[in-house]
Amino acid sequence: MSLTLLWTDGLIWGLIAALAAWGRIVSRSVQVRRQWMQVFESKVAMVSAIVLLFYVLLALLDSIHFTQQEAGQGLQSVLDALLAHLATVQERTYSAPFALTEYNRTLQTLEDGTVAMLYQPLQHINPAASMLWESGKALLAGLLIFTLATAVHLLWRSRVNDVSFVAQARAVWQGRTQLPWKTAYLTVLLLLLAMSWLYQLSFSYHVLGTDKVGGDVLYESLKSIRTGVLIGVLTTLVMLPVALLLGIAAGLFKGWVDDVIQYLYTTLNSIPGVLLIAAAVLVMQVMIGNHPEWFSSTEERADMRLLFLVLILGMTSWTGLCRLLRAETLKISQIEFVTAARAFGVSRFTIIGRHILPNVMHIVLIAVVLDFSGLVLAEAVLSYVGVGVDPTMHSWGNMINQARLEMAREPMVWWSLFAAFIFMFCLVLAANLFSDRVQRVLDPRSQTS
Amino acid sequence: MQVIPQVLQVENLQIQVGETPLLKGISFEVRKGEIFALVGESGSGKSLTSLAIMRLLPEALRISGGRINLHEQSLLTLTEQQMQAVRGKQVAMIFQEPMTSLNPVMKVGDQVAEVLRVHLRLSSKAARAKVVALFEEVGIPDAANRYDWYPHQLSGGQKQRVMIAMALACEPELLIADEPTTALDVTIQAQVLQLLKQIREQRGLSILFITHDMGVVHEMADRVAVMRQGEIVEQADKAHFFSHPQHPYTQKLLADAVPERRYRQIEETAALLEVNDLKVHFPIKKGLFQRTVGYVKAVDGVTLEIPRGQTLALVGESGSGKSTIGQAILKLVNATGGKVSYRADGVEVDLTRLNEKQMRPLRRKVQVIFQDPFSALNPRMTIGEIIREGMTSLKVGPKDRAGQDGRIEELLMQVGLLPEHKYRYPHEFSGGQRQRIGIARALAVEPELIICDEPTSALDVSVRAQVLALLESLQQQYQMSYLFITHDLSIIPAIAHRVAVMQKGRIVEQGAVEAIMRRPQHPYTQQLLASAPQLVRDALAG
Repeated sequence: MSLTLLWTDGLIWGLIAALAAWGRIVSRSVQVRRQWMQVFESKVAMVSAIVLLFYVLLALLDSIHFTQQEAGQGLQSVLDALLAHLATVQERTYSAPFALTEYNRTLQTLEDGTVAMLYQPLQHINPAASMLWESGKALLAGLLIFTLATAVHLLWRSRVNDVSFVAQARAVWQGRTQLPWKTAYLTVLLLLLAMSWLYQLSFSYHVLGTDKVGGDVLYESLKSIRTGVLIGVLTTLVMLPVALLLGIAAGLFKGWVDDVIQYLYTTLNSIPGVLLIAAAVLVMQVMIGNHPEWFSSTEERADMRLLFLVLILGMTSWTGLCRLLRAETLKISQIEFVTAARAFGVSRFTIIGRHILPNVMHIVLIAVVLDFSGLVLAEAVLSYVGVGVDPTMHSWGNMINQARLEMAREPMVWWSLFAAFIFMFCLVLAANLFSDRVQRVLDPRSQTS
Repeated sequence: MQVIPQVLQVENLQIQVGETPLLKGISFEVRKGEIFALVGESGSGKSLTSLAIMRLLPEALRISGGRINLHEQSLLTLTEQQMQAVRGKQVAMIFQEPMTSLNPVMKVGDQVAEVLRVHLRLSSKAARAKVVALFEEVGIPDAANRYDWYPHQLSGGQKQRVMIAMALACEPELLIADEPTTALDVTIQAQVLQLLKQIREQRGLSILFITHDMGVVHEMADRVAVMRQGEIVEQADKAHFFSHPQHPYTQKLLADAVPERRYRQIEETAALLEVNDLKVHFPIKKGLFQRTVGYVKAVDGVTLEIPRGQTLALVGESGSGKSTIGQAILKLVNATGGKVSYRADGVEVDLTRLNEKQMRPLRRKVQVIFQDPFSALNPRMTIGEIIREGMTSLKVGPKDRAGQDGRIEELLMQVGLLPEHKYRYPHEFSGGQRQRIGIARALAVEPELIICDEPTSALDVSVRAQVLALLESLQQQYQMSYLFITHDLSIIPAIAHRVAVMQKGRIVEQGAVEAIMRRPQHPYTQQLLASAPQLVRDALAG
């Protein structure tokens, strides 16, 4: 067994490291710490942040890959290992959530030689298990984990605040803490209970049913989190520097720089995005097809395709933000505090860093979050056209694409779409609510005091 | 004494937002044919009063008590539809900002005609004739042709005249004028005020005149009410009001509004800065390839000098190029021609020939204070960071952070703020306090010359007096020179040693303050002085 680093793994962990480093640097400033405290003072923001954190955690778990030589199973992630009971098993075809038999009748020869249409029982479930007993066990386990986690956290907070453990617990219970820890604990409790229940029952049932080829939908949905988060986050990472650099340069330097940049994004904007992406992805597909020796496994190939999709999405989506940033920079560079800075002989780059960048950050923030939800959805659209992520890769887009046919059958197969919808909905909603709060706090213009 | 009928009666009017009272029960009346002035500083509630009369208050505000009667009819009990008939027809309003009160994509004539068609049901032909007549009445030249112009083609004064024509269109009995001349230059202001008075005479119109400017009140009002924090503190006839103000607040307002007549002895000292035949021309570019088709001559051959430790006031109307001179001295715009000689440590340097790198050591000698205290400070930086910026960039004062913090606290105290303010953000301060922060920021690099670009024109009179006093005491303490750019004649004696009058990019007259104020030679200077309100004029000449 050896650790293997895929390209996207490297990028996402690099991003996490960079964010952590940035957080450390920034947290030294009293004002910034106070602002972020203010962000989390809102209960909605706290809940959203925990939900987001939960998604990111799953995506990160799914981003530690290792190769298992002895089993010859190829590449596996930590999440795969945790869900091994779901990853390896395969039913024959559709089955509804918690079903004991398949969804459709099949022709069967009975022992007495007669042929009948019957619902064939599922192979990888345990109908003997009592649902109540299993649920009780799961909830108990969830509660136990929660108690442990809460105790550790309470202990830490009481150490920081220099009060006794009991006093800290009472303060949380009565809602007297600065941050809404009570709400946070409640959210964590609910998430843990839900997760442990799903996990425990997934040993005995297909909790969210199975898809056309008999794969477990819960497993698929969980695996799709990585794809969604990665497309949302990494595309932003590609797009942001380009948009920031070009937008601010155009707004600040004006003249021919502005002309060139405007020309560039006007041209890019007038080519239909889907067309450009489709063309690029097709070129890449041919290239990958011609060079099978570049990749040692299908996972690696799918990963390269994902990375390429991220790149091309980034290249086509920077224009909107760039245009906004250019306009805002034009406006800000005329404001007197920038003139004052120039009168102090402050260099252009310091002016950008200290005066312009912080004053356009709220635009960046809004754009990033809106784009995040947009990108998660774009992935679905592109998969529909057939130029999205690799068909072998688990993604909500692929699930929805499949559901197109499933919704049309009679009786309808609804659970694939339902699962993809719920998982996407929670992620996008949490991101939107959280960004709303961040924007309100970070934008001084929206404050009155 | 003959009883003059009342047009508007406001009785014990109270307005609240949530539980906070904004108007605490004010009462006044406007009589027929009278100009009633409501005076107060920003936030005193005078504009709220006018909006309440028109029933145009923002949603969040609530009238919690009192009565507003127009003749004998209560305005507060009318339905919205009945009120619609009152607005425009019986009560009309003109606003402060003529630029934003007109629809930019509609011909000005049509905008006035629309009012006529809606309220008086005139045909379009009749409406057009009426509009042209109105335009002539409010003194718009060539009225028949201007009907088809768009707002951007008119000057500020003419736009305000269009607004007045629109207000007069349905022959209202009461005109509410909310700071109608604040955004205009003095000469235009004088014309608009004259026009309003003339219309009052001709039509027997009542005017509720809202303003912050005592000079304008003195010029216009028959009766005056002073507002402060949602209350009327004093109400009197004009003559009595100006001769015997009762309330201490009124007395202070009047004292701050009347220019101090304190002409200074001018000592001959060496010039710190000499500007010689300075020209700043901006190219006008047009077409696909941005060819230069002409030049705007913002500054066209200006010569002036600023002696060490003294103040030169640069007076002119908007667009005269006075701010551009300041920017050219700071090298924020490039000079097209001429010389700007600065005597730094005994050596004379021509600033126009320096590049940015050579300019850097001189940046700490010349600093700037801006007009708008709200945009002059970066909203994302704390006060401490704002003041520190110049110190670190130009390497002035202590190099270590702790030392700089000490210096910042010292500067804040010097401009009348508290040391702990350095952790706060600009939005937590009032306009006057922000202007003090701007001054502290300039002081941080120990400059020899500060270019003050209208530093007091966005401030209330009482705050203005404080800021001017601060600038004065700093000058005496550090022997700094100021180039004080302003359009306000009344503050010049309080601050300046010498004055230069600018018109259309040129200086038409300069000399000692006393000489210019008492015996202006150039016709433009004479016109400027004649346009100033009587109150100011008397004080300057007296």
